[in-house]
Amino acid sequence: MNILNVSDITIQFGGIKALDSVSFKLNEGEILAMIGPNGAGKTTLFNIVAGVYKPTHGEVTLRGENITGKRPFYLARKGLTRTFQNLQIFYRMSAIENVMVGRHLHERRNPIAHLLSLPFVRKQNRTTREKAQELLNFVGLGRFADQEAGEMPYGALKRLEIARALAVEPSVLLLDEPVAGCNAVESADVAAVIRKVADSGVSVLLVEHDMHLVMKLADRVHVLERGKTLAQGTPEEVKVNPAVIEAYLGISKEKEISNA
Amino acid sequence: MFKFLKYTYLPTIGLFTVVLLLPLLVDSSYYLRIATFVFIYAILVLGLNLLMGYAGQVSLGHAGFCGLGAYAVAIGPTYYGLHSALSLVLGVLATAIIAYLIGRPLLRLKGYHLAVATLAFGAIVFIILTNEVAFTGGPDGMPVPPLELFGITILGTRTWYWIAGGTLILASLAVCSLINSPTGRALRAIHDSEVAADALGIDIRAYKVLAFVISAVFAALAGGYMALFDGHVTPVSSSMMRSIEFLTMAVVGGLGSIVGSVVGSAFLVLLPQLLSSFQEYEHAILGGLMIVSMMFLRKGIVPSISSWLLRRFK
Amino acid sequence: MEFLLQLLFTGLTVGSIYALVAIGFTLIHSASGVFNFAQGEFVMLGGMVTAWAMSCGLGLPLAAATGITVTVIVGLALNFLAIRPARDASPVVLLIITIGASVLIRGLTSVFLGKDFMKLPGLATSETLIVGGAVLQTQGIAVVIGVILILIALWFFLKMTLAGKAVRAAAANRTAAILVGVNPTLIVGLCFAVSALIGAVGGILITPLTLTSYDAGTLLAIKGFAGAMLGGMGNPAGPVIGGLFVGLIEAFGAGYISSEYKDAFTFVVLLLVLAARPQGILGGSLVERV
Repeated sequence: MNILNVSDITIQFGGIKALDSVSFKLNEGEILAMIGPNGAGKTTLFNIVAGVYKPTHGEVTLRGENITGKRPFYLARKGLTRTFQNLQIFYRMSAIENVMVGRHLHERRNPIAHLLSLPFVRKQNRTTREKAQELLNFVGLGRFADQEAGEMPYGALKRLEIARALAVEPSVLLLDEPVAGCNAVESADVAAVIRKVADSGVSVLLVEHDMHLVMKLADRVHVLERGKTLAQGTPEEVKVNPAVIEAYLGISKEKEISNA
Repeated sequence: MFKFLKYTYLPTIGLFTVVLLLPLLVDSSYYLRIATFVFIYAILVLGLNLLMGYAGQVSLGHAGFCGLGAYAVAIGPTYYGLHSALSLVLGVLATAIIAYLIGRPLLRLKGYHLAVATLAFGAIVFIILTNEVAFTGGPDGMPVPPLELFGITILGTRTWYWIAGGTLILASLAVCSLINSPTGRALRAIHDSEVAADALGIDIRAYKVLAFVISAVFAALAGGYMALFDGHVTPVSSSMMRSIEFLTMAVVGGLGSIVGSVVGSAFLVLLPQLLSSFQEYEHAILGGLMIVSMMFLRKGIVPSISSWLLRRFK
Repeated sequence: MEFLLQLLFTGLTVGSIYALVAIGFTLIHSASGVFNFAQGEFVMLGGMVTAWAMSCGLGLPLAAATGITVTVIVGLALNFLAIRPARDASPVVLLIITIGASVLIRGLTSVFLGKDFMKLPGLATSETLIVGGAVLQTQGIAVVIGVILILIALWFFLKMTLAGKAVRAAAANRTAAILVGVNPTLIVGLCFAVSALIGAVGGILITPLTLTSYDAGTLLAIKGFAGAMLGGMGNPAGPVIGGLFVGLIEAFGAGYISSEYKDAFTFVVLLLVLAARPQGILGGSLVERV
């Protein structure tokens, strides 16, 4: 059952077609990885689905509803949220507060009640905090709860962003280079979390350069090159696709993939 | 050991203690009068701090809102025969509406554009108040009839000390509560990363406007109190220099710090008193102090001290 | 008709000065990201110090040289003593510093040069000229010509000289500029010096018409910022157009609607423009890349 349907997406910046008729589907509970050489258009496509850019042509539907060009905060309300390649953590808040912010849509938001500190507000704060702690535990950051985010290690922050995104209770999670800049240990930790996320029923679309991670983690892979779809399929299928190998992976990479 | 410095309601308790004890330690009417000024301005700075320290927006025109509240309690009773308290309420409401109307389009702007826009707003208010001589008394201002409640005239330093102090404590309580609520978290999130807050479903614009309106309401209230306490209003209460002073109070005291709002307010109210012998150097010294304090105590007095304490005694 | 011409000319005259403030402010902002609230003080100092030097017995040329020199020194001092040490602070902190500098400069001027209005003699022998039935101030013509000359010199500097090109490079991409050997410290200092210089010259030109005093800088600064934002800071012609536009709004507003509210018209127009089209008349779109 496909939950996210991206069809015929084209976007033009002046004379340059950054994306040309790209289509794909994301099924419920699966991990779809978007890969391709630098400049292929992965980030642009990602940003279109995430509501940052509006495509020149084409359509994005979420569970049948047309969400093309809708802004990110609308998408969050519809169950689609994202993480950021260059971490957008709330550095001056603690880890648990970061995740609590993610619970925003599930809280009662009357500001007058908040100013007056009505009884339900305190109760709600407790509930939100508990839920946030659960999510921190889920990504393996339970003990960092009251640590100021600015003082946490990089790999942990990558997982924190995922926990925060999960707090929204999305049905689709977009991950923008979730292991960029991570060492092998940190990458493995993040990968394990992503696997858990998909297993819990959330559909994941991720953009990544780390081939090792992609081949191990993804259920399906979509390859872009110069704005066009080059191939799609399971990691095994894509791995041996000659066009993909030639355009992207190169001879030494081919060896790396066959060893992966 | 100093973990208690992070307890939510600590600032309110601290303020409560100070307000309560001060008259016992200082019996002079002169100093209590100064304290009253400090409390009244602190209310405004508290609101400004919510806008600047939590929502991360700059306003160089808050004195405009202050002036609106001040003139409301002058004009209401004088020309319309309205009760002072009612005039204050109406003035605050009108300010809230105006703040909402100008906030909605302008809070899309970032940084300096917003600063200049708020500056323009404050300037417009000042010019109107100065020019409409028949209505506002022009540059010389107009007298403010004192507040009367249940037949008693509310006059005098001691009475206003408690009114101002009490209101400050209530305001501080409200802000403390707000900070630890979904609204507060949303504002802090917006300040740290708008992009992320947006992606999490937070309506950025709405929250910025909310912070703006709340800060305008605090400013109008403070303006009204000042007018009733002082017995007189002039357009100076909405001048650019005032806006700058309020901004300085917030930043020097410490953005995002409730106690900082009071400290900053005290700093700038006491300064002219301390410098009375250097009267003509007053502006120069104020300017110099602004520069020096920002160069060396960037986070403001209170946050700098409390983080020093937390580091020392960890 | 004469009335219209009169207003047009007044508007262009004051507008030229606002354009100078707007350009100086934009120059510093694009090179360093700093919002120089003290920009108007440069204009004030140019006029005030020159007037003081004349009262000490110096002739206009020497007095003007003194005025300009002092202002440039103040500009450099502002940069190296107050802004540079705090250059990695948040924009709010830097804003407070420049506001503080503006207040400090005003305060010191009022102490050392007094609070009285000061005047300078005009450049031409006759005070007025009749053009198309309207009475025009010759000094006003001098202002406009002076500002045009300054703009030409500035254009020449930025386009033709190595230093000017370095300034444009730093404004376009600071990191890249550093990588090709541009010294950012010197560039920012240069921008402050140039801004102070053109501000001072503007002050010397306008003082015969409007007089000057220790607090003349503030309103000039605000109108300069308004001009910069109205014109749009992305385009080099923006501040110039914006400054002239502000001058014209003021003149026509004062002439046709109300002279008491002349300052308010600019601010109302500014608010409307910022609400509807924040990038200004000539500016490109303000996009933030994620």
